[in-house]
Amino acid sequence: MHEGSADPGLYDYVPYRGRGKVVWPGGKTVAVWVAPNLEYYEIDPPAHPKRRAWARPHPDVVGYSHRDHSNRVSHWRMADVMSRHGFPGSVSLSVALCQHHPEVVADGVARGWEFFSHGIYNTRYAYDMSEAQERAIIEDSIRTVREATGQTIRGWLAPALTHTPRTLDLIAEYGLDYTCDLYHDDQVQEVKVKRGRLASIPYSLEVNDHYGFFVYNMSGREYADTLIRQFERLAAEGERSGTVMCIPLHAYLIGQPHRIGPFEEALRHIAADGRAWMARAGDIIDHWRAQA
Amino acid sequence: MSLDPAYLEYPRRSHGYDHALYPWSALHERPPVKWPRGSVAVWICVSLEWFPITPTDMPFRAPGHMATAYPDLRHYTARDYGNRVGAWRFLDALEKAGVRASFATNAAVAERYPQLVRAVLDGGHEIIAHSTDMNGTIDSSLGETAERALIGDALARLFAATGVRPAGWLSIARSQSFRTADLLRQEGLTYCCDWVNDELPYGFSNGLVNLPLNHELSDRTIIAVQQQSADSWAQSMEDAFDWLAGEAARTGGGRMLPIHATPYIMGLPYRIGAFERLLERLSARAECWFARGDAIVESWQGQR
Repeated sequence: MHEGSADPGLYDYVPYRGRGKVVWPGGKTVAVWVAPNLEYYEIDPPAHPKRRAWARPHPDVVGYSHRDHSNRVSHWRMADVMSRHGFPGSVSLSVALCQHHPEVVADGVARGWEFFSHGIYNTRYAYDMSEAQERAIIEDSIRTVREATGQTIRGWLAPALTHTPRTLDLIAEYGLDYTCDLYHDDQVQEVKVKRGRLASIPYSLEVNDHYGFFVYNMSGREYADTLIRQFERLAAEGERSGTVMCIPLHAYLIGQPHRIGPFEEALRHIAADGRAWMARAGDIIDHWRAQA
Repeated sequence: MSLDPAYLEYPRRSHGYDHALYPWSALHERPPVKWPRGSVAVWICVSLEWFPITPTDMPFRAPGHMATAYPDLRHYTARDYGNRVGAWRFLDALEKAGVRASFATNAAVAERYPQLVRAVLDGGHEIIAHSTDMNGTIDSSLGETAERALIGDALARLFAATGVRPAGWLSIARSQSFRTADLLRQEGLTYCCDWVNDELPYGFSNGLVNLPLNHELSDRTIIAVQQQSADSWAQSMEDAFDWLAGEAARTGGGRMLPIHATPYIMGLPYRIGAFERLLERLSARAECWFARGDAIVESWQGQR
């Protein structure tokens, strides 16, 4: 990006109307990918000058234990529901989870899920890192995920959405194929980087379960209805050129007992519709590249 | 610009947790739990709270506390409404449904409103210790001496007012320090309700039991924070019950639904009906075992 410029210079303006036709495998109109955030939050992380990790003095019991619910209970519940309806996961991974709770990571591997990096911990922020420090967390991510899963990470979602001006150039230099940090489109788009190439895949804040429940204050049923509306629209518009719908999740939110039932109904609806290509992030990037 | 090199060091990056408070364990890998009857233990926990009109903010101000300049008559009285009126609606509803519940009680409520705690005990309900009053908050900035004194004071005053030595403790806003679990254990408590990371009881390293009182299912979160209606809250409780009953049937292991309610929130005239209807519907379900917190802990401990 252009550090210090008013426009970060990450992409060209490409109007939604009149784009080339993207077709997904089997003639599907919308690629649907589910992105569970498998995270580890530290109970007593070091202070960062630009952001507090917890709202309360450590231990923030509710903040910490709410997130711990993912690993003890709700990951397994959420993952079963996804598998039951044929949705693979593309995991936004706090890579230290490979050390703390390798059982959770192994479960994703056994289900055929793809892993990309979401930083080391979701309580360690990238703001103010030197280039060497940022390279260290990228290299740590590549090494850690490779050792735990055999996979080479292809994507990046910045830890707790914290960036530096050089993040996107660096991940492209390391050979990563996609970023989940840009929210400017409903289709895969090219990102301008110094070396190599990088695509932005639509992730979503708006239909992220965290936004659904704690920004828009929806009930579980309202959130499920939101996912269906999002899907119906993108599936219809995808007739012109294939769209992408991401369902970004946190097990400690969507996997709560009052929300998981309505969520399963939304997945059932999308899977039964016939217009969805239920895919992993890397597959979506590959098919888009082949047509770009 | 760069960060302190220590920011990229991870001394606790190893198997299990980055603390020793409780061991790592995923629920589905534990032996199945069986309840005395039914497959879903429904634990209703009602908070009895007295908010002094003079908040001390030591160490922090409780959710629901005074919000305007002194004297905040609006919030003082609206909260005390829960003790004068709302709590009695809960007692009537529970009696009608034949349900025994837990009441997380500030010591000051027991001292100030003896008729209320007498009715709670006469109804067969459990009293859980819930600090001194709503100024009695805990976090790591409080200091060990003050925290020990606060917990001891709450328990002594509750005992003096009611003759009850509670088995359970609920911290205000579920907020603890790193030493709270040890202090509660030293005071002879069996369990706390503060950590929301599980859906069954589990043991802390020091022997204290945690009975998770899911804040996500509380009327405070769903109605006061998320601004949902009472009917939406009740629908969410039923959706949760349905899911847990299905999970219990699939896995053969008992499940638990904690329902945390607040008299000044759910005890209002236009909301309490939703709570009553929920009790009726759950009562009709064969999978439902309504139980006090101590009964759930006791059943679970008998199976360890």
